[in-house]
Amino acid sequence: MSAKSVTAKAAATTDAGDDAKAVQSTLWARFDHVVVPYILVSPFFLLFFVFGIFPIVYSGLIAFKTFRNENPAHRDGSSINVITRDRWIGFENFDNVLHDDFFWQALLNTFGIFLLSTIPQLFLALLLASLLNRKLRATLFYRVGILLPYVTPIVASSIVFVTFFSRDYGQANWLLSLFGVESTYGADQRIIDGLDWQSSWWTSWLAISIMVNWKWTAYNALLYLSAMQSIPKDVYEAAALDGASPWRQLWSITVPMIRPMVIFTVVLSTIGGLQLFAEPVQFDTNPATGNGGNQHQWRTVSQLIWKYGWIDDRFGHSGAMSWVLFIIVVMFAALNAFLTSKLGGGKR
Amino acid sequence: MSAVEMDELKEVAPRPNRNRASFLGRSPQDTPAGWYNYVLLSIAVFISAWPLYWMGIVSTLDESAITQFGIPKVVPGDRFMFNYDLIMGNTTAVGYPSYDSVNFMRSMINSFIVVTIVAAGQLFFCSLAGFAFAKLKFVGRDPLFVFIVLTLTIPAQLGIVGAYLIWEAIGGIGTLFAVTVPALVSAFGVFYMRQFIEDSIPDEIIESARVDGASTFRVYWNIVVPVIRPALGVLGLIVIIGAWNEYIWALVAVNNSPAQTIGPALHNLRAGNTPKYSIILTGSFIATLPLVILLVATGKQIVQGIMEGAVKT
Repeated sequence: MSAKSVTAKAAATTDAGDDAKAVQSTLWARFDHVVVPYILVSPFFLLFFVFGIFPIVYSGLIAFKTFRNENPAHRDGSSINVITRDRWIGFENFDNVLHDDFFWQALLNTFGIFLLSTIPQLFLALLLASLLNRKLRATLFYRVGILLPYVTPIVASSIVFVTFFSRDYGQANWLLSLFGVESTYGADQRIIDGLDWQSSWWTSWLAISIMVNWKWTAYNALLYLSAMQSIPKDVYEAAALDGASPWRQLWSITVPMIRPMVIFTVVLSTIGGLQLFAEPVQFDTNPATGNGGNQHQWRTVSQLIWKYGWIDDRFGHSGAMSWVLFIIVVMFAALNAFLTSKLGGGKR
Repeated sequence: MSAVEMDELKEVAPRPNRNRASFLGRSPQDTPAGWYNYVLLSIAVFISAWPLYWMGIVSTLDESAITQFGIPKVVPGDRFMFNYDLIMGNTTAVGYPSYDSVNFMRSMINSFIVVTIVAAGQLFFCSLAGFAFAKLKFVGRDPLFVFIVLTLTIPAQLGIVGAYLIWEAIGGIGTLFAVTVPALVSAFGVFYMRQFIEDSIPDEIIESARVDGASTFRVYWNIVVPVIRPALGVLGLIVIIGAWNEYIWALVAVNNSPAQTIGPALHNLRAGNTPKYSIILTGSFIATLPLVILLVATGKQIVQGIMEGAVKT
C-alpha cells in the first residue's frame, strides 16, 4: 500500500470522528497509546543496554579487580600473598597504568599521530569541499570517486600503505627519490633513496597519519559540503558587493557559517583519532606482536590496551587503561570543541 | 537576484576589478566550476583510487611486482588465479607459506552472513525506535533520546574488555553471535531514522490513520515504512560498510575460529615474519571488491547518507 493511498483514505474518514472516539475509549486503544511505544523502543534498548552500555560499566568494574596474569606484586616490590585471580584491589590497576612508562609513551604517540592526521585532514577536507561546492559537471563522479577510501576495509588500506612505505621497494621512497631525497640507516650508514619509515618516531607517525588522512579526508569533505550547501545564498551577495575574492569568501563567510559542523568534525576526529588501532597494528612487520615498532615508537594506547588484554592476559590493567583513555578523550574533545568555537568566533 | 536588479547594480557600483563570479554575488554552489576545480578534483579522485587500483594490479602479478624499485607496474599480469588458489588454500607453492589455516573463503562467507543480518536488524529495530521517538508520546521520551545522542560520543573501544569477558562467560567467543548481536542496533541508526521520520511524515497523516482505527504498529508498517524506504536504503548501505570493515572487535571475538570474519582473516594473511605481499594484497583486493561494487552501484545513496547523517560509524 502506498503512502498516498493511505493519506487519501485517512483524510476521507477524518469526519467520522465520533465513531473513532468510541474506538479510542476501549482498553485496547489505551494499551496501544500507553504501552506500545515502549514495546517499539524495547528491542533497541534491550540490545543497546546489554551489549552497548553494560560492557562499558563492566570494563570499569574489571579495572578494580585482578584478572589472570595481573602482576601479584605491588610496584614497591612487596608481594601479595593471596590468590590473585578475580580479586578486588581498589585503585591499584589505575595506579599501575599511571606509573606505566609504556602507557605514557603510547599516549604521546597517539597524540602525535592524532595531531599529524587531524589538522591536515580537516584542512584538506575544507578545501576539497569548497572545490566540490561549485556547479560541476559529473558532480556525482567526483563525490563517489573520493569515497573509495571510505569503503575500503581498514585492514586492506593499511596493508597497501605498508607496501607504499616499505624501505627498499616502496612507492613513497620512489617518489621521494625523484626529488633526490636520501637518508642512511643501520650501523654501517647505508644510503637509501627516501626514508626508513619504520625506524624513527617521526617518520612512522607521518606514515600512519598519511594512512588516516587518506581514509577519512573525503568523508569529512562531504560533511562540510553538506553544511556549505545549507548556507543562505544571499549571504554571498553582500560579500560580492565588497568585492571579496572566492578565497576570501571561503575564509570570511563559508568557514564561519559552517562552524557547528567544523566543531562536530573536530569532536569526531578526536574520538576516532585517540582510539587509533588498525593502522599502527598493521604497520608492524608482524601485526600479531602488538609491538608498534622495535622501540614501540608508534604504538598507540588502543594497541597497548589490546596487547595487555589479549596477548598478556591482563584484563584488569587493560580495563583501567580504557577508562583512563576515555577520561582523557572526553576532556580533550571538550577542550578542542571549546578552542574551535573560540577560533571561529574570533574571525567574525 | 533578477537580471533587472543586476543591471541597476552595475550602474550604481562601478565594476570592481575582481573575477566575474564573485562580482555577480552568486553563492559558490551556483558558480560554474573553473578548470582548476576539475584538475584538482581529478587529482583527488586519482589519489583515492590509486591504492585500490594498485592492489588489483598486484593481485595479477607475482612477488617481483612488490620487490622492485621504480615506476610502479600499471598493466595487469596473468597470475590472479595462482594467487587466488593460494589464498583459498586450494594449492601450495614452493616459497610460499600455506594459507590453509587462514580460511579465507569461509571468512568472506561469514562476513556476508554477518553484514546481511546486521543490516536487516538495524533497519527494523532502528526504524521502529526512530518512529516511536519521532511521532509517539510516552513518558521519558525526550530524556531517553538525549541519552542515545550522548552515547554517540562514547568511543566504542571503551567497552571492549568488558564485552569480551561477558561474551567469554556466556560461551559466545568464536561464534557468529558475538559479531552479529551487538551490531543489531546502533544509536546512530535511531538518531538517523528519527530525523528522517520527523521531517518526512506529517503528524496529520498519522492522526487521521489513528482516528480511522489503525493500531500503532499498523501505522508504522503501512504508513511509515513505505515513506522512509529511501532512508532505509541509505542507512542499510552505511551499516553494511561499517559491518564489513569491523576489525578490532572481530579480532578479539572471532579470530582463528570457524566464525572468523574478513578483518581478522586479512590480519592472519600477514602473520609470520616473511609476509608475501602479492598474496596479502590479493586478499585485500578480494575483500575490498564487494564494497567497491556497492559504491559504484549505489554511490548516490551513500553520498546522500553521509551528507544527511553526519556521523562516523
